Amino acid sequence: MKQWTRAAAAALLMTVAVPATAAECIAPANPGGGWDFTCRQIGRIMTELGLVPNMVQVTNLAGAGGGVAYTQVVSNRSEDPEVFVAASSSTTTRLAQNAFAGATADEVRWVGSIGGDPGVIVVAQDSPYQNLTDLVEAVKADPSSVAFAGGSAVGGFDHLKVLRMLDASGFEDLRQVKYIGLDGGADAITQTVGGFAQAMTGDLSEITGFIKSGDVRPIAVLSEERAEGFEDVPTAKEQGIDTVSMNWRGIYVPKDISDERYQEWVDMLQQVGESEEWQQVMTENGLEPYSVFGEDFQTFVNEDIAETQEISREIGLIQ
Amino acid sequence: METLSNLAMGFSTALTFYTLILAIIGCFVGTIIGALPGLGPSNGVALLIPISFSMGLDAISALVLLTSVYYGAMYGGRISSILLNIPGDEPAMMTTLDGYPMARQGKAAEALVVSGVASFVGALLATIGLMIFAPYLARVAYQFGPAEYFALYMLAFCTLGGIGSSNQAKAAMAAAIGLGIAMIGLDKTTGMPRFTFGELHLMDGVDFLVAIVGLFAVAEVFFFIESHGKDSAIGVKLGKILVPWKMLRQTTGAMLRGTGIGFVAGVLPGAGASLGSFLAYMGEKSIAKDKSTFGKGNPKGVAAPEAGNNAAAGGALVPMLTLGVPGSGTTAVLLALLLTLNITPGPLLFAERPEVVWSLIASLLVANVVLLLMNVPMVKIFVKILSVPAWVLLPGVTMIAFVGIYSLTGSSFDMLMMVGFGVLGYVMRKLNIPTVPVILGILLGNAMEDNLRRAMVLSNGDFWYLLSSPIAVGLWIAAILGFVAPIFLRRLLKKPPVPTHDPSLNED
Repeated sequence: MKQWTRAAAAALLMTVAVPATAAECIAPANPGGGWDFTCRQIGRIMTELGLVPNMVQVTNLAGAGGGVAYTQVVSNRSEDPEVFVAASSSTTTRLAQNAFAGATADEVRWVGSIGGDPGVIVVAQDSPYQNLTDLVEAVKADPSSVAFAGGSAVGGFDHLKVLRMLDASGFEDLRQVKYIGLDGGADAITQTVGGFAQAMTGDLSEITGFIKSGDVRPIAVLSEERAEGFEDVPTAKEQGIDTVSMNWRGIYVPKDISDERYQEWVDMLQQVGESEEWQQVMTENGLEPYSVFGEDFQTFVNEDIAETQEISREIGLIQ
Repeated sequence: METLSNLAMGFSTALTFYTLILAIIGCFVGTIIGALPGLGPSNGVALLIPISFSMGLDAISALVLLTSVYYGAMYGGRISSILLNIPGDEPAMMTTLDGYPMARQGKAAEALVVSGVASFVGALLATIGLMIFAPYLARVAYQFGPAEYFALYMLAFCTLGGIGSSNQAKAAMAAAIGLGIAMIGLDKTTGMPRFTFGELHLMDGVDFLVAIVGLFAVAEVFFFIESHGKDSAIGVKLGKILVPWKMLRQTTGAMLRGTGIGFVAGVLPGAGASLGSFLAYMGEKSIAKDKSTFGKGNPKGVAAPEAGNNAAAGGALVPMLTLGVPGSGTTAVLLALLLTLNITPGPLLFAERPEVVWSLIASLLVANVVLLLMNVPMVKIFVKILSVPAWVLLPGVTMIAFVGIYSLTGSSFDMLMMVGFGVLGYVMRKLNIPTVPVILGILLGNAMEDNLRRAMVLSNGDFWYLLSSPIAVGLWIAAILGFVAPIFLRRLLKKPPVPTHDPSLNED
């Protein structure tokens, strides 16, 4: 991909200078997705703040939901001090479910997260469910009466949001929860508006337009605090269900780099996170602050993976 | 009236000198990308996204450039379909059925002109449709749930028997192979990997581009080697290049019908351009009086799918812009682009960012005209490029196929898989089994399965749910008719016509 992009750039336009070797960000997906976005924005801000001497080069290494990039970093580049990789909740979810061909979370070093997309639960405008309690009660009464739609496959992050929420509410039989996985949040919304599913979970940023247009009604946001711009939507916590699901945006680096270099990455990411440029990017893209760095982030990742594994085991996704 | 004034606003942004240049570059690059086997519109757009970023283009310029590439690739895909029997991209697959036989008969130029004009008609009418109906059409998507989608895919597979092959059993078998291949990868409903053998590269399933390039381009290379180039597909006869007015008049109906079918297929999220061109071809064949000439170089068989796939490209923008739901692979990439430009498509896009929407529509219209002007008079050039001696062209095609596939994932695994598909394609052609259904199976198999599984989850396993709405029932009836009718009609029509085997035509 990198070579091809270079060749195409040079051949077609001949105006794009190929940057010299410098920091490289691997986006484990094709151009345009969330990881690509993380790479490009963090890379741009690092350059603008003068944290790196040259432009940060973005390499797209798609495949297996990030697995191709992960295994490549682990096996081929574990000592490369100049490479960092975009990651999000999906990365740890897949690691927890052993979807990266046996790779585990301790084979890389987790640098930090600098923003998050809060999870949200919405229902169609004419839905009988007025708040999260109504919905949870309905599930408890008859799990087959409520189908959740989400933008990720079964076992993916959107599915886990529902399961974690119901788990926290005291609902025992997670296997009975009905969930259909669509291709992305918008697709899941059309199924909910069309009445095929009764509720939908997704990231707040992908649902914003539908909430404003009144097609769907948010009944809970799955963050610590109410989200900016949606102050009238209560959190799940306020409604008595202690669950937080943030789709964080962060990075990891190879395992075998020096501790000093790791600390440098942490400092650089922290500076990016505190910069005005990043604040602006977050506002424009509906992200909420979610800063965890260094050791704290390593711990967070481990806990997150443990929780995901427990739930995945309960629904029979892993042994 | 409001539409017109909005459109005028759009044109005022889209018709500056700078954006026009961008549109022309985009159209040219797009046509070439579309014509190269393996590089379809989605790769083309995906490849150019980083470039438009590094050029520092603003939102509207980037959109103009990339939509020009998108439409350009839709035009370009037909060129190698007609001249080489290798579809440049997946929606151009249907164009090979009649386009290539036309080229063999020395009517390559006519086929290119007819398909070029058909592309123009399809894309133009679809863009106008997008302009007028987008806000209303968005609601159609809400009517389609898992059961309805499943019935729609069923319709596509039930009508498969008729295409290309004179043998329905072989077509069904090929479709089953395709569906089987589609099962490889992560099962969406349980999250379990299937048939991946622990290989990470198989987790995402088999990319249909790998299959297309393998089954068509690589298999062609094997044939070339076998026959030492004598009976190879490469090397079309070049006739005089005139605008075939008569042929255009004859195919007007086919173009318009193809446009209608394609647009509707495009509007439905998840159906996309390939289904549009497929249904357009099937529709045209089913109403034609001269059915037997389809697959042997009937210009209508070129006009209908080309109008269909370009109309679907326009139609696919409807759910993408109004709902944020991409209707095809390429619109998925365009959606990603919009998101990166801080434009969130959705129900409020038309109200909140009219300048973006209308300059996009205006640039589509501009791109379309540029493409017609570029494609019809330049037919000669394209034909020349592809009529260089086979021993020069074929290694080139092989190289492009490998580079194109490598650029998808950057893994050598896909290239090996492509060669594997080449072998499969070679064997299938030796056995006279059509390859188009295989690709359709890979292309639609996953979506069809996902929808069936979703329907089963929603209904707690009740199969009657699949017939629970009027739309679903209607689609099922059409599907059953499409499958059964040909069998009865054949009996009614005196004797089944003995399929005349013409060795110079290949059966797919």
